[in-house]
Amino acid sequence: MSRGRPALKLALFLLLVLLLVGIGLPFLLKHMRLGLDLRGGVHVLLQAQSTPEHTVTPEDMAALERVMRQRVDQLGIAEPLIQREGSDRLIIELAGVSNPEEAISMIGKTALLEFKTADGQVVVTGRDLKDARAQINPQTQQPEIHLKFNPEGTKKFADITKKLSETYPMGFPQRHIGIYLDGQLLTNPHVNGPIPDGNAVITGFTDFKEASKIAALLRGGALPVPVQIAEQRVVGPTLGADSLAKSKQAAMVGLILVALFMLVMYRLPGVVAIFSLGVYALIVLSVLWALKATFTLPGIAGLLLSVGMAVDANILIYERLREELHWGKTLKAAIDSAFQHSIPIIFDCNSNSILAAMILYWLGSGAVRGFALNLGLGVATSFITAISFTRFLLRLISDVPLFQDLRFYGVKLDPSLRPAKEGV
Amino acid sequence: MYFDFVGHRKWWYLLSLIILLPGLIALAINRPPLNFGIDFIGGNILEIRFEQPVPVEKLREALGEMDLGHVSIQAAGDQNFLIRTKELDRDKVNQVIGALQRLGQAEVVRVDHVGAVIGYELIVKTVIALAITLAMMILYITIRYAGEYLAGISAIASLLYDVLVVVGFFALFRWEVDSTFLAALLTVVGYAVHDTLIIFGRVKENLHLVKKEGFAEVVNKSINQTLRRSINTVVTVVLVLLSLFFLGGESTRNLVLAMLIGTVFGCYSSIFNASQLWVDLHLLFREQEKEVARPTKAKAR
Repeated sequence: MSRGRPALKLALFLLLVLLLVGIGLPFLLKHMRLGLDLRGGVHVLLQAQSTPEHTVTPEDMAALERVMRQRVDQLGIAEPLIQREGSDRLIIELAGVSNPEEAISMIGKTALLEFKTADGQVVVTGRDLKDARAQINPQTQQPEIHLKFNPEGTKKFADITKKLSETYPMGFPQRHIGIYLDGQLLTNPHVNGPIPDGNAVITGFTDFKEASKIAALLRGGALPVPVQIAEQRVVGPTLGADSLAKSKQAAMVGLILVALFMLVMYRLPGVVAIFSLGVYALIVLSVLWALKATFTLPGIAGLLLSVGMAVDANILIYERLREELHWGKTLKAAIDSAFQHSIPIIFDCNSNSILAAMILYWLGSGAVRGFALNLGLGVATSFITAISFTRFLLRLISDVPLFQDLRFYGVKLDPSLRPAKEGV
Repeated sequence: MYFDFVGHRKWWYLLSLIILLPGLIALAINRPPLNFGIDFIGGNILEIRFEQPVPVEKLREALGEMDLGHVSIQAAGDQNFLIRTKELDRDKVNQVIGALQRLGQAEVVRVDHVGAVIGYELIVKTVIALAITLAMMILYITIRYAGEYLAGISAIASLLYDVLVVVGFFALFRWEVDSTFLAALLTVVGYAVHDTLIIFGRVKENLHLVKKEGFAEVVNKSINQTLRRSINTVVTVVLVLLSLFFLGGESTRNLVLAMLIGTVFGCYSSIFNASQLWVDLHLLFREQEKEVARPTKAKAR
């Protein structure tokens, strides 16, 4: 009677693991967030530039972030990622963009609006703007943009128009205010008189389409500081899909090869290793999912590499187990001793890998960070599964009389091949 | 299966040198020493896929008229092209795309642009990261092997060797070095330490166990005992890396390549450099201390 009990326990346990892994893994894999390189998209790193008169401040960056968010929203892209990096940079990531060119031109457009007097002095900028609308002037049939300034802008604009009309006589070139978009002169209107109500009109566009696009940019917020695209990566949707399919295939083949290798090399413990790998994958993916981490190509490479390390923990333990069995220990004693001797070593090695991963995460950026996170997490998880799950399962198996035959552990039965001399 | 690793160590040193030398020479001769990708030096990469095959000459011709400076065109099949240029502004990129699309129906697969500033920062970061990692490993090993600083020195030397081999290979074959190269190097470093520590751990264990054997024998025995695990671990990692290399995406290929070389030579170096070096250092310093009566041996080493 007692013969059946451990076997039943083992069977139930394995069934439970199979069920958990079988349901959990496909679910997690399906709900993983994919990075730009796997689904196509645009990655842009914007660099805000300090000018001699103005250094970039945190407020500028906050404003820049706001503006970018508005612009991206106008593109109608789901889940855009916009985050600040350092003191003067902004990362924008847009996944699954159908027209990357348009997206970048929208983001990269500086739309720095400046009103300058004839002596080049900037009197009003896009920062002072409240609204901008394009329309066709019913009289001239020309496209134009109507601007409305915020209170501050209104005051500035009123002051300068008043000053100009009081200082210079009508028709003088000094009485013009140049309107520049991104440093390019759009129109250079003459100030007929003081404008106290904060309204202005810009003309000089080739067609209505251009005027409305610029109006949208201005409305979306003119940038507080000049920016430059410091880095840009566009992955077309086909390349993304292609990379995803390839990674899946590579991961599958790699894992199957490892599983086969473990089976051939270690027999029954090899089966244990495969189960451990399943549990390991479940834990890692769950954590990544909970962290809302993104899957990228280097990330997948990191994960697969950590599988290699996870297997290594198993290999270390099983090699030790083989030796202990060779030295003539009983199965149970050998298992205990194998773990006892292997754990410090595994801990040593894994802490080194985690150390490397942490430094990488700390100093790396983007893709490299994903790699580091997955690698570090994977290695830590592999350590935990090795000392808990693998040990538990091996002990459970060794309780089953059927599996107490040492041949299952890759050790020959012939006692003459088991020199006991080194057994301590 | 019992192999005399320690006895042949002079040959291993020679072999290690032969492996390392071509890469070192390439590093010394090549300018720039490594084939830095746009991640490091800034520039543009444009990947384009034509619907019909287009001869490379046509592309070269079309781009040649545009004053782009040095342009490298790499064909992947006869429809896919990877075009590398110096840093271009957006207008210029659009011009290039326009010129290419006049050659035939084409889809822009990828456009990468990296500013020179970002590239420079990456170089600085890479060097810092590598330096910190090595320093931390050295610290870790030193603490773990507090009484055995000779072991620490051997492990670190072997580690440096491994990094140099990987860098050397990339210098020799002019493989492109991109931002993931750092990731590969650091992983390799972690991994190589891993291999070495396993052998050294066994040596320590055996030293406690058997007192009558000489140090060289103990090391040799330890290598033999851990050999199966060393090989099996490398095999599993290499299996994964190979499938990634052949089946995985293009953009991680160099990362995987660097790790393949690093893993294999990391394992090699643990056995054939680190362990042997420990033996020699031990014979040189420790035996001298213990057995002053035998000065001839110390001289021979």
